[in-house]
Amino acid sequence: MSPNRRVVIVPCSGIGKTFGTVSREAAYTVVEDLRPDTTELVALSLLVLGDEEARAAVAEHPTITIDGCRLACATKMVQESGFTVARSFTVLDAFRKHRDLKPEGISSLNPEGQKLARVLAEEVAEAVDELAKVYPDNGGSDADSA
Amino acid sequence: MPILPKKKVGIVACSGEEMPEGTVSRVAALKVLEELRPNYTVTICLPLFLAGGEGDRAFARFYPTVAIDGCEKRCAALATEMYSGKPAASIVVTEVIRRNGLGPIRGPRRLNEAGMQAADLVAQEVAHLVDELLGRTGREARGRGGGGDRRGFRGRGSGHFPLLLRLRHPGAEGGGERAGGHPHRAAGHL
Repeated sequence: MSPNRRVVIVPCSGIGKTFGTVSREAAYTVVEDLRPDTTELVALSLLVLGDEEARAAVAEHPTITIDGCRLACATKMVQESGFTVARSFTVLDAFRKHRDLKPEGISSLNPEGQKLARVLAEEVAEAVDELAKVYPDNGGSDADSA
Repeated sequence: MPILPKKKVGIVACSGEEMPEGTVSRVAALKVLEELRPNYTVTICLPLFLAGGEGDRAFARFYPTVAIDGCEKRCAALATEMYSGKPAASIVVTEVIRRNGLGPIRGPRRLNEAGMQAADLVAQEVAHLVDELLGRTGREARGRGGGGDRRGFRGRGSGHFPLLLRLRHPGAEGGGERAGGHPHRAAGHL
């Protein structure tokens, strides 16, 4: 992880459900569009199976999980791997707050699903900024650049 | 006469979000599940599998699985072996790319042309493996979507597993929310 990237994003990785696709899209939106300089994706399977780079990233930086459903696999697995989850989000919660944005599709999301991912990503980006204030030791925030 | 569960193949994709090859594994898996062999495959959700989803783990203990990994770290194959049993077959995207001389794969979020080509090739290979594992041959295997035979599986061997092995895992779908529903079946919901 580059030294000025201080927040790790771990999405749920599920491929069989719409909510998993939304969680992944939200994660990409944060990492590529909203906060590209201060966040980095870590794949759940790498972390759980003991990849050193993935484990070091999560050990050294605050971690945000984005789960698809209430099973919260990403959050559980980060915790069971011995790490702390700084903030956790679920697509399900976002959908409950935005019932008009009913996501559909797995390979490609419908427009509502894409909007839901964007709304969720913006919430996550705010959390990234808050964590950047709490952990200010690794460089500047890119909150203004988004 | 009880209705016996049809023998199917579980597809486990690494789905590694941080690299384009992980996205190739995911796109290829979905292509097999949704287009090429929808009637003969189920998805095994890797995060749920890792988190202790008993339905998915039990499925992979009793039914054949194909692991699709993005890279040589082989997370999907390793996880399957660690928690259930060795996958019946395993494919690594980087090997398929190398073997077919495809150009650089880019775009973990949106695959470039070479990435989509790689996903198609991987999906075709997985579909063939599914046919082999189920003993499907000839016209039956060539039928689009594996769906030519809607009366049920009729390959070599029984094609059906004992009722004893019918697996249920009520929590596996994250149920209760229709919008998160599953258009193709998950392993825990045979």
